[in-house]
Amino acid sequence: MGWAIALHGGGGDIPRSLPPERIEPCLATLHRCLDLAVAALQAGRTALDVVELVVRELENCPHFNAGKGSVLTSDGTVEMEASIMDGNTMSCGAVSGLSTVVNAISLARLVMEKTPHIYLAFHGAEAFARDQGVETRDPSHFITEENIERLRQTKEANRVQIDYTQPIKVQPPTDDNSRTGTVGCVAIDSSGNLAAATSTGGIVNKTAGRIGDTPIIGAGTYANPLCAVSATGKGDSIIQYTVTRDVAALMEHRGLQLKEAAARVVAGVPLGHVGLVAVSASGEVSMAYNTPGMFRACATEDGYSEVGIWPEADADANGES
Amino acid sequence: MGRWAIAIHGGAGVDPNLPEQRQEEAKRVLARCLQLGVDLLRAGSSALDVVEAVVRELETDPCFNSGRGSALTRAGTVEMEASIMDGRGRRCGAVSGVSTVRNPVSLARRVMEKSPHSYLAFAGAEDFARDQGLEVVDNSYFITDENVGMLKLAKEANTILFDYRVPLSGADTCALAAAASDNANGMVMNGLPISIYAPETVGCAVVDSNGFTAAATSTGGLMNKMTGRIGDSPLIGAGTYACGLCAVSCTGEGEAIIRSTLARDVAAVMEYKGLPLQEAVDFCVKERLDEGFAGLIAVSGTGEVAYGFNCTGMFRGCATEDGFMEVGIWE
Repeated sequence: MGWAIALHGGGGDIPRSLPPERIEPCLATLHRCLDLAVAALQAGRTALDVVELVVRELENCPHFNAGKGSVLTSDGTVEMEASIMDGNTMSCGAVSGLSTVVNAISLARLVMEKTPHIYLAFHGAEAFARDQGVETRDPSHFITEENIERLRQTKEANRVQIDYTQPIKVQPPTDDNSRTGTVGCVAIDSSGNLAAATSTGGIVNKTAGRIGDTPIIGAGTYANPLCAVSATGKGDSIIQYTVTRDVAALMEHRGLQLKEAAARVVAGVPLGHVGLVAVSASGEVSMAYNTPGMFRACATEDGYSEVGIWPEADADANGES
Repeated sequence: MGRWAIAIHGGAGVDPNLPEQRQEEAKRVLARCLQLGVDLLRAGSSALDVVEAVVRELETDPCFNSGRGSALTRAGTVEMEASIMDGRGRRCGAVSGVSTVRNPVSLARRVMEKSPHSYLAFAGAEDFARDQGLEVVDNSYFITDENVGMLKLAKEANTILFDYRVPLSGADTCALAAAASDNANGMVMNGLPISIYAPETVGCAVVDSNGFTAAATSTGGLMNKMTGRIGDSPLIGAGTYACGLCAVSCTGEGEAIIRSTLARDVAAVMEYKGLPLQEAVDFCVKERLDEGFAGLIAVSGTGEVAYGFNCTGMFRGCATEDGFMEVGIWE
């Protein structure tokens, strides 16, 4: 048994033709997050602390669609959202519509721990952030050149766009295989507690005020005493199929093991729409996705670890690894 | 052809000392809304049209906590939210932070049908409403004198719940004393004594004569909530869910409903455990809520109705094609 951790930096149409200068910083961040998480788990930190610290790290990395580096709304602004759930107590916290808070996931945790509510959004969430004295920056801090370019291209193409397209002339080869973004982390600590956390900037060119699956418990994030799950992909599908909740529901009601439950849920959602990371109470890890790729990493106490983007050559058709 | 069925609710967590006159008024409103749904179903309307029409009616009547008559935020304003789900194809729409749109459930439906997204909130939702030409009114339209009074009591009660040394005085003494004794009796919902708590939310679940389901939920939310607070009502899987097997709408303590993904769980239990509707409802109410208080209404794809709640009362009504029709409040 022992501790286990899995994290993702978004699933979607990640072209294998992405140049090294795009891939390397992402992989480096995944490695760094894994190292941080493993050190924390070995030191006996709780799963809740670990998922928060990993997601903070991913939010701070400008190459992922969360925190700094979030994709832009149709107004050219950033609206960030996140949620966190403690599998032990099943407490949860969520935030949406943040524009100045450096770490949305930490604010979500404060909502969980410091308010009688679960979910705060927009001006109410920003006001709460100031009450709590969390780190805030001018909205321009979160906006990157890359995302300005992505928005411009999307508006030209007049449709909501994929996240990981190179920000130059190339038109993405597939059409609706294109929702991605979001970062997330799930963990089980050495006491057997489970936790999940997810954070995002949303989708490129979204209508201001649009909320996706990430802050919705049971959609983008879920944890209970059986498992912890964080999802990425097409937000509307993740909501409709209550993806993270369903992994747990299959384990509970059908007695499936984690990998099978995760594979089944992913297979049940339209192709190209979803990826997830999950850990179970027995220390199993799953990183299942039906998108072309998913930035991901995992490690378990027995020494196993993995970092990847695309399915390995010998993985099954679902991209399960 | 399937058999149609409809269930509606006006909120769970009812003050056992609610005056008889208020109870009768509530039952009249429930009966009227139920009849509206029944008439539409008999005329062959779709489940989606029926849930929207019925919830619009519940929102418009100030009797319940949604639309006009919504509970107030701690700032004394109204922030409404709603969601709707089409069991045929799982499309869904939701809105939060709505402050001027007359019928939030209709805005939720427009989000589902006319926007590229599933959920819009606050300024974005308000802008979209205007783009779509939906009826908007001043925020004051939604505010009733009764709720202004209730907000005041709620603010005082929140003090009472944390500090019993606060002296009671003035005309509100009876209510506050009742509140304190409610707390002593343990009848508290969402941190408020039951005499002050405004049962949150209205909802409707329907299966039409083609066997298609839909569900919708609408609310003003928790009395004295922080501005920006979102509850379970706009969250698909928590307050609202519909699929081929069933349609569900929940009400009660938002946190409990969200953590337990209550609406989705009724469907999941039917799907993965093979339980029939009433058993699935009972299972979820009994096993999923822990110390939380909530209720729900549901219909199955085969024309059954069911409801369940673990708190003091739920305003509800249900009707099936074979002529069964009832409204109720208590067990």
